[in-house]
Amino acid sequence: MRNEVGELPGVPLTEKDVLHKKVLSTEWDPKLKWAWDTGIGYGRYLNELKKGRIVGSKCNKCKRVLLPARAFCELCFRQVDEWVHLKDTGTVNTFSIAYTDWVARRIKEPRIPAMIEIDGSGGVAILHLLGAVDPKQVRVGLRVKAVWKPESQREGAITDILHWLPMGEG
Amino acid sequence: MSAEKVTQLSQTKRMFGELSFGPQDVKLYGQYTYGIAGERFFREIKDNGRIMGTRCQKCQLVYLPPRIYCERCFAELKEWVEVEGKGRVHSYTAVHVDLDGNRLNEPILMAIVEFPGIYGGFVHKLGEIEPRDVRIGLKVEVVLKREEEREGSILDIEYFKPGMFD
Amino acid sequence: MALDSCGMTLDGIDCVVMGTAPDAFDMIHMKGENLIDGAGAWRKPYMRGFVGGGTGVFVVDQGWYHVASGLFDTCLVVAEEKMSSCLPHPQGAFITIWDQFTESPLGPSLLWMFAMEMTRYMHVHGITEREIAMVSVKNKKNAMDHPAAQLPAEITVEDVLNSEVMAWPVKRLDVSPSSDGAVALVLAAEPAAKRITDKPVWIEGVGWCLDTFYIGHRDLYYPRYVEYAARQAYEMAGINEPSKEIDIAEPYDPFDYKELHNAEGLLLCGKGEAPKLLADGVTQRTGRQPWCPSGGALGVGNAIAATGTMKVAELFWQLRGEAGKRQVPGKPRRGVAQAWGDELQVGTVIVVGI
Ligand SMILES: [Zn+2]
Ligand SMILES: [Zn+2]
Repeated sequence: MRNEVGELPGVPLTEKDVLHKKVLSTEWDPKLKWAWDTGIGYGRYLNELKKGRIVGSKCNKCKRVLLPARAFCELCFRQVDEWVHLKDTGTVNTFSIAYTDWVARRIKEPRIPAMIEIDGSGGVAILHLLGAVDPKQVRVGLRVKAVWKPESQREGAITDILHWLPMGEG
Repeated sequence: MSAEKVTQLSQTKRMFGELSFGPQDVKLYGQYTYGIAGERFFREIKDNGRIMGTRCQKCQLVYLPPRIYCERCFAELKEWVEVEGKGRVHSYTAVHVDLDGNRLNEPILMAIVEFPGIYGGFVHKLGEIEPRDVRIGLKVEVVLKREEEREGSILDIEYFKPGMFD
Repeated sequence: MALDSCGMTLDGIDCVVMGTAPDAFDMIHMKGENLIDGAGAWRKPYMRGFVGGGTGVFVVDQGWYHVASGLFDTCLVVAEEKMSSCLPHPQGAFITIWDQFTESPLGPSLLWMFAMEMTRYMHVHGITEREIAMVSVKNKKNAMDHPAAQLPAEITVEDVLNSEVMAWPVKRLDVSPSSDGAVALVLAAEPAAKRITDKPVWIEGVGWCLDTFYIGHRDLYYPRYVEYAARQAYEMAGINEPSKEIDIAEPYDPFDYKELHNAEGLLLCGKGEAPKLLADGVTQRTGRQPWCPSGGALGVGNAIAATGTMKVAELFWQLRGEAGKRQVPGKPRRGVAQAWGDELQVGTVIVVGI
């Protein structure tokens, strides 16, 4: 019976081995696309964004505001009771200053994603980006306000909010 | 708000996505090396124009495409054997539409080709034959691309054509 | 290797459980099926389990109930990940895990998620990047003694703090690499185990739990779902005081802060207290309760679904006194391993002992 991991089998390959065709390889570039139906809750949420408003839904049993708005409460497992209009202001719950993009490429100007607790939601946060702000000034607890795209350019998407700006101290 | 029955896509609000962030950006793609058995298998086709399998002594099986382990007994397979490129159609279909559902001008004949005494085989195209002449059990032989065109891929096999052999 | 180590062949295996994470890494859908020959599952009852990064421990939990239910005498648990096929970078595969309506359109990188969790953890408890960096130093050093390690290194806290900022507060050396790797374990019911070996390691408790998908509904400073999973496992194992009754812990450490965050979820200390244990040397290999003596994901590598299973394998060797240069002194008798994943939302836990 072996006591320890002994010699490990395998053939180590480096990126160069593949690049310089030391070994054969094949590539596949999937052309697939998807189309998702937004459904009732998210459909309303996105439509309201187009109007420049943030809407949540409310479950009267657990009294929670669900954000983004959804059609049923996952906690009580029941249909929600009403839509609630929320403010387009909030508080930074947490954030990052990102110097890499979605495929780990380096970017010069950092992007600042944050979880923003939306006013009136009872502390529920949404993911979005802070804009036009000195990274050094960002902190948990920062008060921010949404900057909307011009109405004509909105399309019913989360990107109808361009980014969030600090509201100034106090 | 209550659930509603939706029967037409036009009734829905749809959002689109792909394996990318935005249409202008790079797309994700896969790059695969072939592994130990695959490397030799494709090199044999590319450089020597021959099809090789690996044999498990214990299970009396020749794997095609070859593997380095027997899936039944986990033995390491080190014995390589040449498989003559002469087989039979195990089953087949005539494909009239492409991956996106568009009508093709000419149907593509696809077959599972098996070889006597071999565990495995190929899914590949049939060529030099009319759809009405294809049948299960048809004798077929491999047609490789010319050596200078081969690049170490399953497409180094051009297709299988009807063969005259016993 | 797992079969060889206990003198078994596939004939003695009744069923196989496979752990492998997103199909998007390989772009081979149904990759569980694609992997069955290598997993030894040919014409056997086979099941693939998947909860993202939590998969590695989840599959052992699943293997456990295949056997503990009485349905099978033996189960081969295999976990693997191959991230190198996904280009230009496997991180891109994660764009598909965010909410496709309200998050993906913002172009999120996987690092955002971790970075924001780390920020929240530091903010709530007043923890510094410097305190956290020590985890990376410890684990990469521990990995020097692991034969399968990808990034073993002797580095300093300064090295971590000065490494490239990826997504503040996450820096290059706070993060585990992307990896290819595989791990296998043999599970057996008590009578079968006694036939196979005279030194069995027993699974004493299992637990797993998922929190809501919506990250805006959770406070990221604490992984309460890990706590729920841990409580399930501890109750089964009859553990009341995990900080005292656990000899070795292998919390999931894809990022250095995660080891601390997860250890708190595992109730190995109070909320916000993990950095103190680290600073006091308690979690070193020679300390009172070593964390990640294997070298963890930070040192050994993070082949996503295989990482948690690597941690269970480490406990197996440690409890049998077979961990070689990595051996924790003092004849450890009980260990906990944990994995974590999905959208910051799943905890999977296992307690093993001799
Ligand atoms: Zn509710
Ligand atoms: Zn065999």
